[in-house]
Amino acid sequence: MTTFLQASLNGLVSGGFYALLAIGLAVIYGMLRVANFAHGAVYMLGAFGAVILYDMFGTPFWAALVVVPVVIAAGGVVVERTLIRRLVPLDPVYNFLLTFGLALIIQDLVRLNYGVVGQPYAKPAALEGRINFGPLEYPTYQFVVLIASIALTCGVWLALNKTKVGMVVRAATERPSLTEAFGVNVNVWMIPVFAFGVALAALAGVMAAPMRSVNSAMGADIVIILFAVIIIGGMGSVLGAVLAAYLVGFLQELAQMYVPAAAGATTFILMAVVLAVRPSGLLGRQEAAR
Amino acid sequence: MSVVIRVSSMPTWGRTVLELRHVSAGYGEATVLHEVSLQVGQGDVVTLIGRNGAGKSTLLRSIMGLHPISSGSIKFLGRDITRLRPHRRARMGLGWVQDDRGIYSSLTVEENLRLPRVIGANAWAEERLFGTFPVLGQRRRQMAGSLSGGEQQMLALARVLRMGADVVLCDEPTEGLAPVIVDQIAEILREVASSGATILLVEQNLRFATTVAHKHFLIAEGHIVDHLDNSDVIARENDLLAHLGI
Repeated sequence: MTTFLQASLNGLVSGGFYALLAIGLAVIYGMLRVANFAHGAVYMLGAFGAVILYDMFGTPFWAALVVVPVVIAAGGVVVERTLIRRLVPLDPVYNFLLTFGLALIIQDLVRLNYGVVGQPYAKPAALEGRINFGPLEYPTYQFVVLIASIALTCGVWLALNKTKVGMVVRAATERPSLTEAFGVNVNVWMIPVFAFGVALAALAGVMAAPMRSVNSAMGADIVIILFAVIIIGGMGSVLGAVLAAYLVGFLQELAQMYVPAAAGATTFILMAVVLAVRPSGLLGRQEAAR
Repeated sequence: MSVVIRVSSMPTWGRTVLELRHVSAGYGEATVLHEVSLQVGQGDVVTLIGRNGAGKSTLLRSIMGLHPISSGSIKFLGRDITRLRPHRRARMGLGWVQDDRGIYSSLTVEENLRLPRVIGANAWAEERLFGTFPVLGQRRRQMAGSLSGGEQQMLALARVLRMGADVVLCDEPTEGLAPVIVDQIAEILREVASSGATILLVEQNLRFATTVAHKHFLIAEGHIVDHLDNSDVIARENDLLAHLGI
């Protein structure tokens, strides 16, 4: 029972990371119709951002949580305006070539400077130690990450569903060209949406730095799972992406605990099953499957 | 071959609000519209009639800026809008009702109504909309995807009325709807027209077209091949139906 609880909590932690990353991927895909294969590299940059800031300026974790996403989002906006927006009218194969190429460039630049070995990054002192849940002890930091990612996810969901900005984003996600015909300049709205998606990925990277191995390949490893998450959830559906993220994280950690050899395959088995039963994903619109 | 009909010789109620000159457009290598020229005057209610694939919807989408044109020019309220993005055209007073009704299923009925900008002085207030479309008032908090086809068409019309557009472009508003709902839509469009708005409709339903509009352009293979008034359409109904393949 304790093992199961432990695996469940681990699953929620992993799921939380997947959710933060998948939300960004889903809103960017929804509004720009660009599948951002560089999203994992942004996550990796977020983690390295925290390490670099600490090495160079001794910047504490809490400051990195704010500074790194802002700086990376600003860089993301430059890339969006100069490169990614040019993809919108083009064949999707260019989308893959550009964003995958960007991911490789970012990854190799980091590897050139830091090699392939994991970089150490200390947990903030306030979150050291473990919390006691009766029979189960759980690391405080991981538990805080779990709560923070759930809170952030709920915040994003509320912003999307209960605010005017969220309404425009949902509309432009569902029908970009029609939304233009109603007087909304979708092109301008893409800037904050892209920045927001990138910032969330960078934030997840900073949060991962103290508990995951910070290395140049961490983005490439996660981006494949993220696309599986997006497909399981239903392309363009934010709620679907979040549900799928937690489902994938949960199954992975359970498998890790009970059938370690199969842990890597669970996500893709789940994807195959979902696609067989619901080709448009858990909450994807049926038209998407046509 | 390019056919240019001088529509200016037909009576219009007011000044020209929309003018297309030699507009061509297509998909890839295939040209769908061949140098189409037409004028629409203020307060006109005009239909584009033609069989499937004749280029009616492409023409309407080109006017809204949703389909790129390869040559020619489009003027709206005296201004050249050929290169303007759709949102700028909308803000100038072009309203759009899409052929699939264009309902946002992830938005509530109320959000669907509130998304478009209010642009014109003729904009309908929400009380008036809910008076005309009581079902939308009852379901304002419901997700719009759960509405029936007829209700979705009502919502699409209500949405454009709330904008107060000067010119409403309406792509097949009656497609797939029950006759009783078609009658309701005709009534609403007549009310909109009586307030001075201009309406350009794509329509296959000739009976509907003659009850709403007073001018009709017949499109075939990307050319405007004829213009008709209601008495022409009624007199040539069998001929036209055969042409449309209905």
